[in-house]
Amino acid sequence: MEHIPILKMGDFLLVSIQVDMHDRLALTLQDDLTEQIVKTRARGVLIDISSLEIVDSFMGRMLGNIAAMASVLDANTVVVGMQPAVAITLVELGLSLKGVRTALNVEKGMAMLQHERAPGDSHYGRPED
Amino acid sequence: MAVLKTETLPLRSTDDVVHVRQVARQWAVQMGLSLVDQTKLVTAASELARNTVTYGGGGEVILEALNDSNRRGVRLTFTDQGPGIPDIALALKDGYTTGRGMGLGLGGAKRLVNEFDIVSRAGEGTRVSITKWK
Repeated sequence: MEHIPILKMGDFLLVSIQVDMHDRLALTLQDDLTEQIVKTRARGVLIDISSLEIVDSFMGRMLGNIAAMASVLDANTVVVGMQPAVAITLVELGLSLKGVRTALNVEKGMAMLQHERAPGDSHYGRPED
Repeated sequence: MAVLKTETLPLRSTDDVVHVRQVARQWAVQMGLSLVDQTKLVTAASELARNTVTYGGGGEVILEALNDSNRRGVRLTFTDQGPGIPDIALALKDGYTTGRGMGLGLGGAKRLVNEFDIVSRAGEGTRVSITKWK
């Protein structure tokens, strides 16, 4: 079965979606990620979607599910690299990706995760909260 | 209005949905749609193709490249012989879902294109047609 690679980097898991995802692959990623979060005790998940040319409602739901499942497993999720045309289309489609946190690129996303898990920092919410 | 070319693709599995997205993208590029308009058309196509596979029990999509004197565009017509949609007005509302999606498929797809047409009869199937103009 086809899988999207999940890389471990310190306390974080890094996923870069490089293929045009069919629905089954999206569901496999959801399962693989939750399993890896538990197995590696990851504290954050970074999902790079810069290669994705569209995000439709199914993929949007998948991203939301991953963020929710990771949160239950005590890991933060950041989705990075969304293309501008994809962002415009998502909003018009009516998808706000509630509960999914985003950053412009991998570097900023990683900084976000690291900041949240800094020692002695018990504030896990969004910075603007 | 002239139809410059036409092609029919099957929609039986979620792999077919991916293929339809890719072909719709090629056609949108060929007709000169902007990147944002390409993305909107392909996203709408993805929603409708998935509906055809998931709810319609499979079907097909007809792609047409259009030339209307001073503008060009792409029309996609999704057809299935599934159970049909009993209440189209309700199905077009955001948040309406039979459980597997986010309830944005039909209404969302309609917002992303210039023209949207739906015909559905209970027990006979559904036909949804969308057009994006340059």
